Amino acid sequence: MKEFVIDYRRQWEIQSMIIPGIIFMIIFCYIPIYGLTIAFKNYTVIDTLSSAPWVGLENFRIIMSDKYFWDAVVNTLGISFLKLGIGFVIPIILAIMIYELNSGRFKKFVQTISYLPHFLSWIVLGGMLITWFSTTGLFNQLLLSLGVISQPQNILLDAGKYWWIAVLSDIWKEAGWGTILYLAIMSKIDPTYYEAAKIDGASRLRQIWNITLPNMKSIISLNLILTVSGLLGSNLDQTLVLMNSQNRDKAEVINSYVYRMGMSQGDFSYATAVGLGVSIVSVILLVTANKITSKLNDNQSVL
Amino acid sequence: MNGKVAKEDLDSRIFDTLNIILLAICTVVIVVPLWNVIISSFSSGKALAEGGFIFWSPEFSLENYRAVFNDSNIWQAFFISVSKTTIGVVTHVFFCAMVGYGLSKKHIRGRKLYVAMGVITMFFSGGMIPTYLLIKSLGLLNSFWVYIIPALFSFYDVVILMNFFRNVPDSLEESAKIDGAGDWHIFLKIFIPLSMPAMATIALFNGVGQWNDFMTTKLYITDQSLYPLQMMLYEIIVQSQTQSMQNVGGSAVIETTTKGVQLATIVITTLPIILIYPILQRYFISGMMLGAVKE
Repeated sequence: MKEFVIDYRRQWEIQSMIIPGIIFMIIFCYIPIYGLTIAFKNYTVIDTLSSAPWVGLENFRIIMSDKYFWDAVVNTLGISFLKLGIGFVIPIILAIMIYELNSGRFKKFVQTISYLPHFLSWIVLGGMLITWFSTTGLFNQLLLSLGVISQPQNILLDAGKYWWIAVLSDIWKEAGWGTILYLAIMSKIDPTYYEAAKIDGASRLRQIWNITLPNMKSIISLNLILTVSGLLGSNLDQTLVLMNSQNRDKAEVINSYVYRMGMSQGDFSYATAVGLGVSIVSVILLVTANKITSKLNDNQSVL
Repeated sequence: MNGKVAKEDLDSRIFDTLNIILLAICTVVIVVPLWNVIISSFSSGKALAEGGFIFWSPEFSLENYRAVFNDSNIWQAFFISVSKTTIGVVTHVFFCAMVGYGLSKKHIRGRKLYVAMGVITMFFSGGMIPTYLLIKSLGLLNSFWVYIIPALFSFYDVVILMNFFRNVPDSLEESAKIDGAGDWHIFLKIFIPLSMPAMATIALFNGVGQWNDFMTTKLYITDQSLYPLQMMLYEIIVQSQTQSMQNVGGSAVIETTTKGVQLATIVITTLPIILIYPILQRYFISGMMLGAVKE
């Protein structure tokens, strides 16, 4: 104990740099984690965290029979798995295509342009989408001039198409940005592999399949794990901008439901219970994805 | 032999051509919608009401921008956006660098515990409601500081900086210690200047996050004088959407004027990021080169 104090005193300068960070984490990360206990309480505005009465699993029981919650689950899973299925592969393909470009200037140009949408906020992009999809907007004009449709219509008001709008707009925004990491990895691949393959007469596609992709395997797995663990928690900003009274049934996701129940209707305990359930499922997804990918990567765990 | 090489050349050339065509299509898909937003924002209400243009507007006008700039709220919101981003970025980078520097020293008491605590925060959080209750009990609701204080720290950024500091040669620190410099002095005078590239990268990402963030406002701020640009734009969008739905088949005039205002606000909100991005990009690429040469 004495040794402990002496060490701290000797290291006071360094400790004085770390301790503020630790205090920050205790206040802003650990107190909210403790605050999750209100999921098991009946918290009302007049209560404090400790005075609210315990109700056990009552909130979770209500969740099970809550139709709106299950609608939100279906939408979240639908949108997220479409995003995963399409949106995960496109950056990989795009990165390989950019990597295969010979011309330096065009390469730079493509990269700069493709990163650009990432820097738009969902509010800005939401505003743009609303303009593009309006009856006089870009989207309808294009379809009209191509003769695909004869009457302009606002597809943002068409609930049946909302999932696709959510998925495709997300890919449009993030695909280019997703290539950065892959390009960084590819630039480290030893060029002699390609030279050897060329001498053996391997075609360009063959080189990609047998050299580029295997070299990216571990970073792809890592990315997949992180994406899968975030599956249930995403889409809040996007949903809040793009959701309207016409497409609500197909647009509401778990996070926006938590927001609506908690912040708009003041049902804090119930909203926290929903959020907690989602976090638990997310951790299970994370662990499972890590197990599966480590099997694929010759039992080397990526995390 | 010659025939084989020629065939490969041809295959390779077809591959290159297809590749260039596909990537050119990708850039067009990104550029055309953005371009359309910009020229639409400079279009007169009449042109917007008729629609039907993609690359060039039939009637240019500054009326949308005049309407936006005449609204004093936009200046207030712009001021809030700029100040929360600059103050937020500077304090965030300094705070994370300070903690990262401390944790980069291997011999420190309690280091394992500190790092473990940090890693847990990367995977678990209390979520929206418990965090809201905390912010409320700290008295940060409807305060400018809610943009700065909860955003001070991110363990991801601490880890990045920690690893960067570890690559600075020990000899620099040792010679400074012999000259009698303390840890704070070494951190401020040696490590911070040497780590500019890493800190610039973090500053760029954090700055974009701060500029684009609107959830903080939506959750914790009801006072309109503290609204940043993003929140103002959100209000305009939500308003115009409910309006246009009420007006189905009704007045097209209201729809197009709000649409013009919306477009102009979109451009104004995004412009600072688009302008600053190439400058910072160049800076951190050259900064990384410098770091590599010094090693």
